[in-house]
Amino acid sequence: MSTTTNYHAGPDAVSAKTSRYRRVSKGRGNFELWSWVFMRASGVLLLVLVFGHLFVNLMLGEGIHGVDFAFVAGKWASPFWQTWDMLMLWLAELHGFNGVRTIINDYTEKDRTRWILKGLLVASALLVLVLGTLVIFTFDPCLDPSSTLSVCTAR
Amino acid sequence: MAQAANGTLYRGREGMWTWVAHRISGVLIFLFLFAHVLDTALVRVSPEAYNEVMDAYKNPVVGLAEAGLVAAVIFHALNGLRIIAVDFWAKGPRYQKQMFWAVLVGFVVLFAPFAIRHLTIVFTH
Repeated sequence: MSTTTNYHAGPDAVSAKTSRYRRVSKGRGNFELWSWVFMRASGVLLLVLVFGHLFVNLMLGEGIHGVDFAFVAGKWASPFWQTWDMLMLWLAELHGFNGVRTIINDYTEKDRTRWILKGLLVASALLVLVLGTLVIFTFDPCLDPSSTLSVCTAR
Repeated sequence: MAQAANGTLYRGREGMWTWVAHRISGVLIFLFLFAHVLDTALVRVSPEAYNEVMDAYKNPVVGLAEAGLVAAVIFHALNGLRIIAVDFWAKGPRYQKQMFWAVLVGFVVLFAPFAIRHLTIVFTH
């Protein structure tokens, strides 16, 4: 046996140099390291943001029954909830994007399949981020001129 | 063959199955987020369009799906903390099985009150 034999592994182990699974740098710098760090950091923030979101929308007041246009208008009248939802949108979409990217990398064998799935993933993430951000910051509670919401009748 | 020399941390049992459940719950939440942003975007179309879709969601089938989604979120969040502990806490890998049971206990503690509250609203309105 060559000097690369890994004596700490079992008899069916392959040497680190010939293993199909060794992690070699492909010149992508520390991208995978930072994506790993991002998953943990964003995960902790999302725990607070998403649990807060679920508690306020589903536990307080009338719960799911109270969710309608007026409810959304009431929340987004406040910069606090606009900022909350904006942060949650971006962190959740990027966290999910990165998770699904990992899953695609793990299970696709053909390059073509991998690139098609990643193309769909990128397109869906862009749609969600752009549309979601626009909706939060261009939201108009008085879209309907005959609106009876207090924020509109007070104008 | 699973043998200690080849590393058995994520082969079978608690470690591997929570890894599988973490992936499945994550994909489920990601798909929901896509639908959730699109339906919420209807507030930019008209109050009627948004309310119509919200009313269409207010039935027992969607209500149960919502409970399932919240279950996925709670599991994913708590197991995420377990993963962070395995990665950053020196004794994390040694206690990953105990932490799996802690995740299950936390899940029941958080999900039970939510399910009671949410399903009461869903089935009485």
